[in-house]
Amino acid sequence: MAINIVLAILVTSLATYISRFFGVITSKKIKENSKIFKWFNCLAYSTLSALLARLVIFPAGALAEVDYLTRFIVVFICLMIFIISKKNFVYPTVLSALLLAFLSSNF
Amino acid sequence: MVNTKYFLKGFISIKGTDSPAIALAASFIAIGALFKNIGLNIQESIFSTLLTYALPGSLIMAESLIVGASLLNIFLAVWLVNARLYPMTVSLFPLLTHKSQPRLKYYLACHFIAVSAWLIMKENYKSVERRYRLDFWIGVGTANLLVAVSATVFGFSIADHLNKDMMIGLAIVNPVYFTCVMVSAMKTIQMSLAVILGSVFGILFYFVSPEWCILVGGFTAGTLAFFIGELKWQLT
Repeated sequence: MAINIVLAILVTSLATYISRFFGVITSKKIKENSKIFKWFNCLAYSTLSALLARLVIFPAGALAEVDYLTRFIVVFICLMIFIISKKNFVYPTVLSALLLAFLSSNF
Repeated sequence: MVNTKYFLKGFISIKGTDSPAIALAASFIAIGALFKNIGLNIQESIFSTLLTYALPGSLIMAESLIVGASLLNIFLAVWLVNARLYPMTVSLFPLLTHKSQPRLKYYLACHFIAVSAWLIMKENYKSVERRYRLDFWIGVGTANLLVAVSATVFGFSIADHLNKDMMIGLAIVNPVYFTCVMVSAMKTIQMSLAVILGSVFGILFYFVSPEWCILVGGFTAGTLAFFIGELKWQLT
């Protein structure tokens, strides 16, 4: 391995912490009922949603080995279960792992 | 110091059917196994989860170690994928501020910002007295971080027994949890637009730049959603 693992961990942690750190600095000046707070709320959800879309449609790692349609079907079925179960997070998450492991080993 | 009563209240809020614990554990079991497979030892694996505590960043680090990317490349790639933590912090911390809390505490407490704890806090902050919200938050964050670290250790120790299909199964849990969370956040037109446009623009910008798509796509979508929502508010 070309680079030192501990250094890579420290660099990764630093690159992650700076966004949190600057977030605290910025929030000092922001009131919770201001428009700018609402805007940041939109930005937080939309960036999370952009990340989610990337994870499902263009995944890296293990998920990339399953075809697009299979991933999509599993996410869709689990979402339906989530809605039917009146927003219970346990059923869809547990089922998703079992369902995808089953589909990828049998098809 | 931290108020113990509110810390514990936050700590146990990880229980319940809306808890992120399962998704968090599944993701970090996979990360633990991945760390073992690419040659990290147990101390380095714990150290990584404890210090970074943001899944996409850890995945990028793991991939970079495999291909032997430079430290500067790792820094930039991780910063880009984790820059979402900035708007997440700004949209949470103004709810937690109170003059009785020392400033340094905020800089330490912001390490707990990650989707899991952030969502619990967003859902529950109104039920906690403002003065103690930061202590409650530290409790929530500690519980989530403990789950993540324990799952990393567990994943690391069972890595040899996990086959490819099991790793694939673990990898889908987080996106599914994320999808459910995003759907339940769509309570107003503004929020619904932020979520829907976020995924649409995230994908569209991927074709322009895979590195920048989350940041640019998220920024464009969030800003559009905000203005459309405000416009509608003024019209009604």
